[in-house]
Amino acid sequence: MKRWTKQMTRIAGLITAGALVAACGAGGRPSSGSNSSGGGAAQVGITKDTVTVGATFPLTGVAAPGYSEIPTGAQAYFDYVNANGGVNGRKIKYIVRDDGYDPTTTSEVTNELVLKDQVFAMLGALGTPTHTAVVDFLNSEKVPDLFVSSGSIQWGDDPKAKHYTFGWQPDYEIEGKIIGQWVAKNMPDAKVGLFLQDDDLGRDSEKGVRQYLDKKIVKVQRYTAGNTDVAPQIAALKASGADLVLGFNVPSYTALSQLVALKLNYKPKWFYSNIGSDAELVGNLLSKFSEGAVHGTDPLDGVLTTAYIPGVDATDNAWAKLWQKVWDKHGKDGHLTNYRIYGMSEAYAFVQALQAAGKNPTREGIVNAVEKMGNAAGPPLAPFRYSADSHLGISGMRVVQLKGGKSNPLTPVLVTDIGAAPIKEDDSAAKDSPPASGIPEVKPAG
Amino acid sequence: MSSVAFGSLTGRLRRTPLRRNLIGGLIGLVIVILVLESVSPFRQGQFATMAYLGIAVGGLTVLTGLNGQLSLGHGALMAVGAYTAALMLHNVEKPLPLPVIMLLSVLVTVVVGAVVGVAAARLHGPYIAGATLAMAVAVPGIASFFGDTLGGEQGLSVSTPEAPGWFADAVYFLTAHDITGTKYLAYIGWIGLIISFVLLANLSASRVGRTWRAVRDDEVAAELAGINVGRARVKAFVVSAACAGLAGSVMAMVVRIAAPSGFTLTLSLSLLTAVVLGGLGSLVGALIGAGLLTFLPQTVTGLGQSLGLTDLQSAQLAPLVYGLTLVLVILLAPAGLVGTIRNAWRRRQSPDTGSIHPQQEATP
Amino acid sequence: MQQLLTTSLTGLTLGMVYAAFALALVLIWRSTRIVNFAQAPMAMITTYVALVVVDAGMSYWIGFVAALLSGLVLGAVIERVVIRPVEGKPEINAIILTLGLFVVIHAVAAIIFGSGFRSFPAPFGLRGFQAGGVTIALTGFAVFTICSVVVVMLLLVALFHHTDVGLKMRASAFNQEVSRMLGVKVTRMLTLGWALAAVVGSLSGLLIAGGNLVYPSYMDSVVVYGFVAAVLGGLDSPVGAVVGGLLLGLGLSFVSGYVGSDLVALASLAILIVVLLVRPAGLFSHATARTV
Repeated sequence: MKRWTKQMTRIAGLITAGALVAACGAGGRPSSGSNSSGGGAAQVGITKDTVTVGATFPLTGVAAPGYSEIPTGAQAYFDYVNANGGVNGRKIKYIVRDDGYDPTTTSEVTNELVLKDQVFAMLGALGTPTHTAVVDFLNSEKVPDLFVSSGSIQWGDDPKAKHYTFGWQPDYEIEGKIIGQWVAKNMPDAKVGLFLQDDDLGRDSEKGVRQYLDKKIVKVQRYTAGNTDVAPQIAALKASGADLVLGFNVPSYTALSQLVALKLNYKPKWFYSNIGSDAELVGNLLSKFSEGAVHGTDPLDGVLTTAYIPGVDATDNAWAKLWQKVWDKHGKDGHLTNYRIYGMSEAYAFVQALQAAGKNPTREGIVNAVEKMGNAAGPPLAPFRYSADSHLGISGMRVVQLKGGKSNPLTPVLVTDIGAAPIKEDDSAAKDSPPASGIPEVKPAG
Repeated sequence: MSSVAFGSLTGRLRRTPLRRNLIGGLIGLVIVILVLESVSPFRQGQFATMAYLGIAVGGLTVLTGLNGQLSLGHGALMAVGAYTAALMLHNVEKPLPLPVIMLLSVLVTVVVGAVVGVAAARLHGPYIAGATLAMAVAVPGIASFFGDTLGGEQGLSVSTPEAPGWFADAVYFLTAHDITGTKYLAYIGWIGLIISFVLLANLSASRVGRTWRAVRDDEVAAELAGINVGRARVKAFVVSAACAGLAGSVMAMVVRIAAPSGFTLTLSLSLLTAVVLGGLGSLVGALIGAGLLTFLPQTVTGLGQSLGLTDLQSAQLAPLVYGLTLVLVILLAPAGLVGTIRNAWRRRQSPDTGSIHPQQEATP
Repeated sequence: MQQLLTTSLTGLTLGMVYAAFALALVLIWRSTRIVNFAQAPMAMITTYVALVVVDAGMSYWIGFVAALLSGLVLGAVIERVVIRPVEGKPEINAIILTLGLFVVIHAVAAIIFGSGFRSFPAPFGLRGFQAGGVTIALTGFAVFTICSVVVVMLLLVALFHHTDVGLKMRASAFNQEVSRMLGVKVTRMLTLGWALAAVVGSLSGLLIAGGNLVYPSYMDSVVVYGFVAAVLGGLDSPVGAVVGGLLLGLGLSFVSGYVGSDLVALASLAILIVVLLVRPAGLFSHATARTV
């Protein structure tokens, strides 16, 4: 008993000693608390010759068709800029991580990007449900979250709460409004059905559409991304008698909805929002089904959609020519597609922001720079809405009709804003051309 | 003289598992503090992940190893715990204290676990595997269906809770470092793990544990000996469900979201891999398994990239390794890592029949 | 009325596919007393083989045959190499083994064939047809699905009850020792059983893929539905597997159409639990229930 007590006392003594030794490093907590952030010291993600940006994209999974090509376009444009000296002597390092369109994975890989890869900023992270999972984290860690590849309005409608986050593409609400107004004007007798993704993508779009078409909507159907059985939804749309279906969905679901409609012998007019309407992609997805009876881009012939940047089919547009040149020089496998152009256009905006942030960019600095970028000349057909009160991106688009893989514009560029703002025509930004070098020449913001 | 004293000390320790486990827990806590303070925030996050995986794997290894019930649905039970915690932390201005939230998650999961356990108690072999497989596939769909309260595919976002003042001060006193959100979560996870492992180890060494083993080895004999087989099975299931619920609540906070996509079949299969690799019934094995689950994917992915595979292909190497592990362990070393080593020590005693179940009492 | 008809037809077609898959599970259970959870990825990977063949420009039917043949080979190889060592050991070993195979085959398919979504041909057309004012949502391919599963079932019945090999296989499943004493090469029969089951599984994989998007996980939920169907009919009974598959297909289709497609998996779980609690041996089983 005595021996055992001795042993236990020895062990207890060791542990206490160890704790004391550790505590030797402590002491009273300084009243003001040490502050290691801020200050002009080394910025995370920026060195003398590199700037590191990160992004999360669905490289696998149900949203991968199409969207997985976006980062390849951005990478090609960054390679082009780096080959020409980079920005203020710094090369852009672009780290892309796959999240499979799965918000849980997005959270994990964004953690990696911010804490392990130590990126300076996030650029173009894709997806509404996915980015929702990380937007609060990024803002609390004060990481600039630029040009989210999604049209949810939450990236820009509350700059006070989400100071570091910016949208880029037109948000779903204004797209819904523009589509709604066009339908109300040009198809006044239509019975409208809605085919929506069951998250903010669908919700914001529906809000915009209802501003103009509230009485004409006969049925709303939602699908869950990941569940590829959409037969019940399409059957319900058919049963309701809808002869015009507005689809706000990712490209796989454009293909699926077309397939099911075929099976059910349902032939409404289709109007897909921009994110789901790439003719070539959908054609590829559907290519094998009819064993050759359906060719290439045919499945979407006659389908209506919208466009806000010049696409692959605008062969005499200066921007399209620039993108083709960049892709020919720096693109990896495959040919130029609209998704790659999307990536390049976002990358172009980033370079503009980085230049505006000056010779020694800081995270705060680049955020301020983007807020002043409202009138920057770039590929988008309509101006940005960036300001201290709004971090929403491109303000408008055209309505187009697809035929043979080409999009024929049916309207001029229509611009508006979220809420009750009216829709106006504004072609001014559509006339911008790229600088001769293909690289922006933005002066540092004041 | 001293060897006798040492012998009596270790003898005393062996005879009181509670004391031994508590001391083990304390030593573990010291190690945890030392490690967490000396690594980067990213690694702290990884350790937090390892903690919650460890809790879940620990519960599962007790269920499968000691009691013989193979559950493929523990991912779904983690989902229950995670969603409970998320509901209490989503868009809530002043959340309840963290231990309360975790306790509530455990309770809710225990209730679900009891229901499932009662249904599963009458099943054996492939039936329970199939039923729990169906559960793993079905539960995420519930969250999508009740999209309004449970957030649908987008899930419920969870804001990282702040460390309470006294905790931050205690940590500062011991280590002279401030506490960040990530580190706080890592501490929470590891403290939870130590507590649950101490409890599991005690249960395992107690009469309850012996009852479970009896039921696993020969039901008829156990029934004849007066053991209520059904009740023992349900008890084991409930205990493992409690662990899964605790793990789920920590997971919701570490990952900052509770969404259906986080609880796929892959999660349940990963937990099983960790259990098999470590050895059924072994808590140390559970810890090793959880560690491998956390740290192996990156190593393997990096290896794949250096071998010339594309990023996407390299990302598939981790699941490939898990699957191969399951297959190879069953074929070559059914007792798992820890079990094989232990059996090697005891080879002179009795031949290994090659069963996946450990020969003797599983000790942590 | 229209929705009832559409839902029923969809359920019937899908039910046939589940029946085929359940049949594969039952074949393996009867011969080796193992539930082959890896059946789904095995079917998936043979479908990818067919896709490779079709991509190379050959006709669908050549791809079809290629898939079935590769299924035959795959089933035989897996039984011989991987499963043989655990036959006769505690059943938990076999379960974990098939789960490990599930994960391995999945990952291998993703590495070799990529994780992208691919479309898969469907002969006989994908358009439903009109009869009067009602749309019959029965595509040509759906008719093919139903017919091919029926043909396969008839072939299997013929094999088991009217051929020598079939008799030997049934004997091996019934009592290995006695069959061995009577001169039946039992191990070869087991391998054959796995090979045939894999062919049936591949068929179900092809039938689901036709007119749908194919990706490495596309068969994963089928293993659950196939298992439920097999249990519903009785794991020992091939007839039960077919009936169970049909019932399950119809039931799930109704849940999907009238309640919500998110709850389909939950509905299958509910059906499984009910069956296991009320009549654990399934609808058509001859075995007596365990009582502990």
